[in-house]
Amino acid sequence: MSTTAIQSVPLGRRLKRFMADRPLIPLIILLVILVVILQILRPGIVNERWIANTIKFAIPLAILAGCQTMTMLTGGIDLSVGTVATMSAFIMATQVVNQDPAVAFLLAMMPAVLIGLVNGIGVGVFRVHPLIMTLGTSLIGTGCLQVYQRTVIASGAKIPDFLAWLGTGLTYGVPNALLLFVPLAALIVFTLSRTGFGRLLYAVGDNEHATRLSGVRYWQVISALYVISSVLAGITGLLYIGLIKAPSLSLAEPLVLPSVAAAVIGGTSIFGGRGGYTGTIIGALILTVLTTLLTILQMPEGARRILFGLIVLFVTAAYLRIVEER
Amino acid sequence: MSHFLRRQGWVASLFALFVMLFIITRLIQPAYGSGDFGSLVRAVLPYAFAVAAQTVVVIAGGIDLSVAAMMALTSVTAASMMNGASEEYALFVVPFVLAMGLVLGAVNGLLIVVTRVPDIVVTLATLFVLQGAALLVLDAPGGAAAEWLKALISGTVPIPGLPDGIDAWIPKALLLLIICICIIWIPLRRSKLGLSIYAIGSSELAAFRSGVPVARTRIIAYALSGLFAAFGGLALTMSTGIGAPIPGPYLLASVAAVVLGGVALGGGKGGLLGPIVAVFVLRLVRTDLTLLAIDPNVTAIIEGAIMVAVVMFGAFITMRGRQ
Repeated sequence: MSTTAIQSVPLGRRLKRFMADRPLIPLIILLVILVVILQILRPGIVNERWIANTIKFAIPLAILAGCQTMTMLTGGIDLSVGTVATMSAFIMATQVVNQDPAVAFLLAMMPAVLIGLVNGIGVGVFRVHPLIMTLGTSLIGTGCLQVYQRTVIASGAKIPDFLAWLGTGLTYGVPNALLLFVPLAALIVFTLSRTGFGRLLYAVGDNEHATRLSGVRYWQVISALYVISSVLAGITGLLYIGLIKAPSLSLAEPLVLPSVAAAVIGGTSIFGGRGGYTGTIIGALILTVLTTLLTILQMPEGARRILFGLIVLFVTAAYLRIVEER
Repeated sequence: MSHFLRRQGWVASLFALFVMLFIITRLIQPAYGSGDFGSLVRAVLPYAFAVAAQTVVVIAGGIDLSVAAMMALTSVTAASMMNGASEEYALFVVPFVLAMGLVLGAVNGLLIVVTRVPDIVVTLATLFVLQGAALLVLDAPGGAAAEWLKALISGTVPIPGLPDGIDAWIPKALLLLIICICIIWIPLRRSKLGLSIYAIGSSELAAFRSGVPVARTRIIAYALSGLFAAFGGLALTMSTGIGAPIPGPYLLASVAAVVLGGVALGGGKGGLLGPIVAVFVLRLVRTDLTLLAIDPNVTAIIEGAIMVAVVMFGAFITMRGRQ
C-alpha cells in the first residue's frame, strides 16, 4: 500500500514533502543560490578570504539571532539585544583604558545581566508583553549609556588586543571568532534539544497553560531565559567591537531587526514552540550574503533597503509554504 | 457593563494624571501659558497620529512595526511634491499623500493575509521597504510645505461665543487632531466594520465562525493604520516645514502609548481616546523634565522607566482583576 502511494505521488510533491521533512535543505539551497548569483555577478569574488569575511560578519548576527530564537520559542522576543550589545561593547572599550581587562569585562557584563533580569521579571512575573518590556528596557539602557558617555568622554576608548584578535583575526584563513562561536552554537543547540531547560522553552511556547499545570515555575524559566539572552547579547557586543573597532552609541542597533529576520527565515515560529538554532545560523548567513550581494549591485541605499525587505518577506513566505503544506 | 466601566476608568484616570501633571507644570513654571500648551500640542500631533495608526491595528489583533517608516515616506513625499510648487498645488498633494498611506497600509494587510507570514515579520519587512522608498524620494532632509498647511497648526482659531481666555487654550493643532480622528473613528466605531475589527482582534476563530470576513477586515484595519500614519507624516511636514527620510522615534512611542492607553496588545480591547491621552501624558512628562532643567539624556531614562513601570503596573492590575 505504502509503496504504491509513493509511486503514485508526482515528483514535485515528493520533493516538497522531502523538503518539509528536512526544513534545513531549502535554506541551504537558497544560500548556495545566493552565493552562485554573487559569483556570476562578480566572477572570482567567492574565495577563501571572502568566505572568512562573510563568516566574521555573520557571527555577531547569528548570536543575536540565537537570543531571538530562544525567546521566540517561548512566544516572546528580545528587542533589547542591540542596546545590551552596544552597552557592553562601549563600557568595555572605555573601561579597559584604566582598568584591568578582567575587571572591565565584569563591568561590561553587568548591565547585560541587569537588563536581562529586569526583562525576565517584567515578562515572567508581571506578564508584560515581551515586545514592550524589551523595548522599554532598551530605551532605559540607551539613556544610561548616553549619561555614562559623558563621564568617560575625557578618558577615551581603546579596543583590547584580545577582542580585536577574536573579532578580526584569522588563523590559517579561519576566523578566530569561530573559536567563540562554535562552542557557543553547540551549547545552544545542545541546550535546546537535549536539556530539560531547552524542552521547557518549547513547552512554554507551545502551551503555557498546560506547562504551568504540569508544575513548571513559569517565571523562573522566563527569568533565566532573558538573563541568558542578555548575556549572549553582551558577549556579542564584545565580539562586535573587536570586528568594527569603533565604539559608538549605536554600534549594534542596526543588527536588531535583521536578527529577528534571521530567526524567522531560519524557521523559528514567532508564536513560539517551533524552530531551532541550526536554521537560525543559516538564516544569518543568508542575510549576510544578501547584504554583500546588494552592496555589490551598487544600488542606492534606498533601493537596497527595499530589496532587503522584499527578500526577507519573500523567503519567509516561501519557507512557510514549503514547511506547512504537508 | 463592568468591563465598560473599567475601560472608561482607565481613560479617566489617565486624564486625571494629565491634569495633575499639568498642575505640576504650572507649579514648576508659573509662566507656562496657552502658548506653551499650543507648542505642546504641535509636538504631540505626529505622535498622536502614529498612536492612532498603531491602535487600530492592535485592536484588530495585530501590530504594525512600519508606522514610523510610513510616516517618513509620506512626509518626504509631501515635502518633495510641495517643494517649489504653488500653494494651490498642495490642495492636491494632501489627498494624494493620504491616499498613498491608505493604499500602502492596505498592501501591508494584503501581504499578511496572502502570505500568512506573522504580521510582525511582514511589517518588519515593509519597514525596510518603506524606509528605502523614503530614502529614494529624498536622500537628505529637505523639501518644503505650503504656507497654508503650516498655518493650519499654528496659533488658535477664534470660536464665537467663547471668551479669549479660554479660546487661547484651544490651539488649531488640537482642533485639527480632534477633527481628523473623529471624522474617521466615530463613524467607524459605530459601524459594522468597526465591530468586525474588534471581533477579529478578540478571537479570530469566533469572528470567522460568526460570519465576519476576517481577511477583508484585517486589510481594512491596516489600510486605516496607513491612513493615520499618512496624517502623521503630513503633520510632521506641517510642523517642521520639511520632510526627513529617517524615521523618528514614533514606533516605540506609539507602542508605549497604546499600552499605556489601556489597549490590550492581544487585541479586541480598548479605544482610541486612551492612547491619545496617554501620548499627551508622555509628552507633558518630557516637558516637565525639560522645565526642571534635567539633562535630556536622563530624561530618556526616566521616560523609559515610567513606561516600563506603568506597563508593569497595568499588567499587575489586570492579573489581580482576573484572579
